[in-house]
Amino acid sequence: MEKMLTGYDAVAEAVKACNPDVIPAYPITPQTDIVEKISEMVADGELTSEYVRVDSEFNAASTALGASAAGARIFTATCSQGLKLMSEPLFSASGMRLPLVLGIANRSLSAPLSIWGDHTDTFAERDGGMIQFYAEDVQEAMDNIALAYRVAEDKEISLPALSCLDGFILTHVQEKVDAFTEKEIKEFLPERDPVHTLDPSDPTTMGAYARPEHWTETRYEVHKAVKRAKDKIGEAVEDFADIFDREYGLEHSGLVETYRSEDADVIIVALGSVCGTIRYVIDEYRDKGEKVGLVRPRVYRPFPKEELNKVLEDAEAIAVMEKDVSLGYQGGLAIDLKSSLYSNGTMIPVLNYIVGLAGRDVTKDNIRKVVEETKDVRGKDPRDVEEEERWEPLRDELLSGDKDD
Amino acid sequence: MTEDKFKRDEDLFCPGHRACPGCGAALASKLVTEATGPQTILSMPTGCMEVTTTPYPESAWGVSWIHNIFENAASVAGGVETAYRAFDKRDKKGYMDHDDVNFVVMAGDGATFDIGIRSLSGMMERGHDVLYICYDNEAYMNTGIQRSSSTPIGAATTTSPAGEESLGEDIHKKDMPSIAAAHGLEYVATASVAYPEDFKNKVEKALEIEGPKYIQVFAPCPRGWRHDSRNSVEIARLAVQTGMYPIYEMEDGEITNVKEVKDRKPVEDYLKAQGRFKHLFEKDEGEEVIKDLQKIADVNAEELGIDK
Repeated sequence: MEKMLTGYDAVAEAVKACNPDVIPAYPITPQTDIVEKISEMVADGELTSEYVRVDSEFNAASTALGASAAGARIFTATCSQGLKLMSEPLFSASGMRLPLVLGIANRSLSAPLSIWGDHTDTFAERDGGMIQFYAEDVQEAMDNIALAYRVAEDKEISLPALSCLDGFILTHVQEKVDAFTEKEIKEFLPERDPVHTLDPSDPTTMGAYARPEHWTETRYEVHKAVKRAKDKIGEAVEDFADIFDREYGLEHSGLVETYRSEDADVIIVALGSVCGTIRYVIDEYRDKGEKVGLVRPRVYRPFPKEELNKVLEDAEAIAVMEKDVSLGYQGGLAIDLKSSLYSNGTMIPVLNYIVGLAGRDVTKDNIRKVVEETKDVRGKDPRDVEEEERWEPLRDELLSGDKDD
Repeated sequence: MTEDKFKRDEDLFCPGHRACPGCGAALASKLVTEATGPQTILSMPTGCMEVTTTPYPESAWGVSWIHNIFENAASVAGGVETAYRAFDKRDKKGYMDHDDVNFVVMAGDGATFDIGIRSLSGMMERGHDVLYICYDNEAYMNTGIQRSSSTPIGAATTTSPAGEESLGEDIHKKDMPSIAAAHGLEYVATASVAYPEDFKNKVEKALEIEGPKYIQVFAPCPRGWRHDSRNSVEIARLAVQTGMYPIYEMEDGEITNVKEVKDRKPVEDYLKAQGRFKHLFEKDEGEEVIKDLQKIADVNAEELGIDK
């Protein structure tokens, strides 16, 4: 049914349809509206989940983890500092192979404190064995929740999944959404059928510690499961398209979407909502006859290496525009992409732009500048191109000393 | 001797675990499972009892058991308990009824008094049907005997050692049972491994109450307290007999049952039995600390009515 929904409404509607057993909830801007909306559904009797008003994000994740170990379907939501506080239980949830689905209203990490959006929060969780989906619009934010459940709860995966939508830019913007219902989603999402539970009639020990002779293999199994999620996402996206007639990068296993990139010389790679503006600028260039395109990974972990290599292999120059930075060494997406391309022998220059941190607007002019600079390195050997990331824009007048000091 | 009503055919805390000889916490674990029986899901934080009982692929536990991290055993248990409430409400197949399962936490004092107090407070405040048992050995034993906020004054630990300028721990032990009671708990109790029937009866009584419950059981650590492993139970008994570790129940915030002591012994009897207090008897200034500790025992005796 088509509705006008904000991002937080859409996530809440998706959660209602997926009908978790337990929802531990704790507020944080700009996620709060998701758990508020869900609490209204529970208060009105539309949703019968156990809604637990916990004392912190730390205990939202811990309560969710306990409920998941018992065999329950769970949901919780957070971002930024809250995700940092969840980080410890989330890293161990993957090691214990416990499926958890989280809505993440991406927001920057302190300091300085900022409530505005970027991807520094979820990128900091990169190494924890969590699946990470990134939505471009409100519809996708809703649909990714269902996809996240389907993949996270798959017996061969059994991992936490973060379903990310940009704070404010998507959470607080209304768009027309085709909303699925519980009845409709049942065909796509089976009930959770846990591998193990804590059932006392069949006692089990969960969370044993491992010595050096076992630890590596346990973690390797998690590593394999994250990678295996690529195929599972592909299957889920196909089934989703069959049932709901909405497609997400179907030809690239649901991991990557492209826009006018097939014959493009210059390709921008970016995650999330900024891709809307990038599409607009690409159309401008196309109107002028210039071959510019977009490649948008929908997931950051598992990393869609083969899919990205395939859609980028004919480009002459690539710009990665990302809302995160690994302080001291470039942006995370660019680091991974360069490793992916160059280890494959695909020697295309990649410029790395750090943009849109803490809610700073990414304007059409910013994107035009990126395209112009990237055009300049077309066809060059990557070794002849300045590797350092570029902060676009950087307000020199606010910096101490020279920018490059 | 009357027949043990908690006697079971099978151990639920099994031999072969790697706890030290004379470990008070291991004894407490055995007593807990005797009292809870098999219909139990036990949540345990990182700590001595966790590492000595579950080195993969082995487990000493005959009850369902979960460990996640150091500071969240209470909220993990709260999550498990909530899941069972949801299963009941939704009539999910394959799960026991919520009311047929004992949801229990067993955690050391570091995980309870210090790093896990947020999780414990939240679990109690929300009213989860969970019995939280703290095995209190008065320091971080698993990491090598560092002081916790449960360590009594005068005790030497590896982070509060005695020395030229130090008489050991210089901060008073936190009153955790009162903190638990301040959450409005229907049932709070202290217990000791020296009085196993009393402890098991308290566990049994607590489990009959719906909602959060807190029991703190005194559990000597021969390694950390520097005493012979054969003396663990004797030292635990001395702690009660001197008034250093009173055992009592608090029901709805009121002290209801105190273990009375006839001819209460001086605290020196308890202190001298342990190497962690040795320096108090070797230095002149130690006398003041011993007086302080005696005063603690006297106040306990007066406030709780310990003296028979």
